[in-house]
Amino acid sequence: MEAFGLLLHGFAVLLTWKTLVLMMVGLVLGIFVGVLPGLGGPNGVAILLPLTFTMDPTSAIVMLSCIYWGALFGGAITSILFNIPGEAWSVATTFDGYPMAQQGRAAEALTAAFTSSFIGSLVAVLLITFLAPMISSFALKFGPPEFFAVYLLTFCSFVGLGREAKHKTVISMSLGLLLAGVGMDTVSGNLRMTFGSSELLRGINFLVAVIGLFGISEILLTMEERLALRGHAASISLRVVLSVWKDLPKYWVTLVRSSFIGCWLGITPGGAIAASFMGYNLAKRFAKDPESFGKGRIEGVFAPETAAHASGTSALLPMLALGIPGSGTAAILLGGLMVWGLNPGPLLFVEHKDFVWGLIASMYLGNVVGLVLVLTTVPIFASILRVPFAAVAPMIVVSCAIGAYAIQNAMFDIWLMLGFGVVGYVFKKIGIPLAPFTLALVLGNRAEDAFRLSMIGAGGNLKVFWSNGLVGSITTLAIVLLFWPVIDRLLRCVGWPRRAKPAA
Amino acid sequence: MKAAITLAAALCGAPAFAGWEPTKPVEIVVAAGAGGASDQMARMMQAAIQKNNLMKQPIVVSLKGGASGAEALMYMKSSEGDPNKALIAYSLIYMLPLSAKIPFNWRELTPVSVIALDQFVLWDNSAGPKTVKEFVAAAKAASSPFKMGGTGSKREDHVLTVFLEQKTGAKFSYLPYKSGGEAATQLVGNHTESNVNNPSENLEVWRAGQVRPLCVFDKERISYTSKVTDTQSWADIPTCKEEGVDVQYLMLRAMFLPGKVTPEQQAFYVDLFHKVTQTAEYKDYMEKQALKPIFLTGKDMVQFLEEDDATNKSLMTEAGFVAK
Repeated sequence: MEAFGLLLHGFAVLLTWKTLVLMMVGLVLGIFVGVLPGLGGPNGVAILLPLTFTMDPTSAIVMLSCIYWGALFGGAITSILFNIPGEAWSVATTFDGYPMAQQGRAAEALTAAFTSSFIGSLVAVLLITFLAPMISSFALKFGPPEFFAVYLLTFCSFVGLGREAKHKTVISMSLGLLLAGVGMDTVSGNLRMTFGSSELLRGINFLVAVIGLFGISEILLTMEERLALRGHAASISLRVVLSVWKDLPKYWVTLVRSSFIGCWLGITPGGAIAASFMGYNLAKRFAKDPESFGKGRIEGVFAPETAAHASGTSALLPMLALGIPGSGTAAILLGGLMVWGLNPGPLLFVEHKDFVWGLIASMYLGNVVGLVLVLTTVPIFASILRVPFAAVAPMIVVSCAIGAYAIQNAMFDIWLMLGFGVVGYVFKKIGIPLAPFTLALVLGNRAEDAFRLSMIGAGGNLKVFWSNGLVGSITTLAIVLLFWPVIDRLLRCVGWPRRAKPAA
Repeated sequence: MKAAITLAAALCGAPAFAGWEPTKPVEIVVAAGAGGASDQMARMMQAAIQKNNLMKQPIVVSLKGGASGAEALMYMKSSEGDPNKALIAYSLIYMLPLSAKIPFNWRELTPVSVIALDQFVLWDNSAGPKTVKEFVAAAKAASSPFKMGGTGSKREDHVLTVFLEQKTGAKFSYLPYKSGGEAATQLVGNHTESNVNNPSENLEVWRAGQVRPLCVFDKERISYTSKVTDTQSWADIPTCKEEGVDVQYLMLRAMFLPGKVTPEQQAFYVDLFHKVTQTAEYKDYMEKQALKPIFLTGKDMVQFLEEDDATNKSLMTEAGFVAK
């Protein structure tokens, strides 16, 4: 097996003391930037990129990709402890992770998040190792109609599978789509809804909105309810870790499903965010008691984290093979590759074997080392919850503000973040779900561009969404999911057997 | 005596009277997304400056590609008097104010130097027509218009497409993607029939044999003769004029500082970027990406900019892309 031999060669390239030390340094730095909301992977990698100019390409990329893994692990920490997603794909982790933390099960939630991250990445790395050439040709099949179909699928699965009232989901999603339209419209080259303000030119940054909607609004709610961040009862020990692991086999269906969704969406650029939401929604749909989701269920952490990391990792494949970055961090890594004279493209795998397989091997090692590192630090992070709310809250607000500012170095974004904090607070009070809003804000633009490009290409004919097997099946699946509640009822009417009750 | 000093200063280059040096990290502002041609160039300069110790302060690349690059222009405009930011500009400085009515004028910035000219090439899928003539014939015969991929709307790629239509009589559907890289992969995946990418944007897929260069939009062929693929070099690509399609366009790559900086600060950067153009990193990059070397500064640069501005304005007007 050729891939296996090359992989072993990759390990041989890596296993030097120097590389291992760089790896550890990268991971620790990554976890650190991941924990600060908004700073996150892209900024961390960007800040440290110049440090690596004097290194050889392999050591440099190993260090940078370890910062990336570290940031991925670190993003889960703030999502669970403070309800502030560090990266776009950590949003779904907050749904059940934060309630768990409030119930004093922070250590359990963190262990679950780290473990499932590890599993998701591992599955994706295996996929990259053995199927790289096939997958890059699959990604080439995606033109504008296919991209739109994938986005449609994500939106539809939200409406059809969500447990919230359908009209509220649609309202929330529409508001998100509206705000996604602010700024320059790439297709026509015109400005929309900027009202002559140069601050609004660049549009509304997704992370700024998320930090406000989730982080600031949570602080507002907690202040109102005079609650402390309840974590004092958390029993933290190796026993928690082991008991979560012991239960892992019980959730194998969720893990497999999420890994599959993650890998599939990861290789289509921009799919990582969609993956975490879809992983979560599907886990909820197929659960025996969907009502318990959102109230602190461990599967609600497993599902999105596995999917997000499977897709975050497999997103590196289109970056290497096609030069299209799947995420913000991947985009910075891409810039780094070019500095070292490595141009991502179909020939990278042929001409720079050492580099590519060194990177893939570093994904295996980085993940294992990263998992051990974060698990040993769980107690430290979980103990943050024991600090009185009055002391933690200002720190969270300040780090939110720094995060929001750092994304684009704009003071305006801090005001925007505070505004979204109020919006998030009101939404929570009147029971409008925040997730469809954030999803629409992040994918709205891409979905719109893909739709309009398909229409230009097809001369306005909607049949283009059924023009080949790939796009046709995704579009059909999307529509089925949208009307799933109706279809489900119809099926029951005609006597379709309900899912068999589990034995036991 | 005074004349002699001036002469001496002119001979040793501007910084003879230099006293000014950046005291903070210097930011190279990129008006495009990650991995695009501007970003690659900025990273090359960052590496060239740091590896050759051309400056004491560190240099960082900041990506401000929001709103098709307008974000970077407004950022430079609002940084008046700040000598620690340098914009790597391209034709958007003329086009964006026209097409989207962005309140920006490059004359408000401080020009430093023009460092390169970028080419445009007409590409098709390697399974497609082999020459410009066959390509035009196929485009005319097609039942639905050929799809032309490009970056952004009402910009250089779009303008070239309109002129291609005018000169050949063939019709194209122009698909504005977010980046040249995306336009390249979409061509490889057969979702478009052609694109007019810069050499750097299609280089890798060309080397992999997935796309074919048909002609270059310049009055002469690209000068680099070393083989890029197994059989072809950049110089082997005919000009579009040779192939009977007389469309020409070259795009500037130039450095600007924000407005209202001192002449000493301007001089420092003129010298810095002059040194950059002498480095091995810059020379390698120019050849690899098939850029035309050029170094203009001072009056020559302003004159070049004025002429280039007029050319772009007339092209934009003719293409009907000027917002009313």
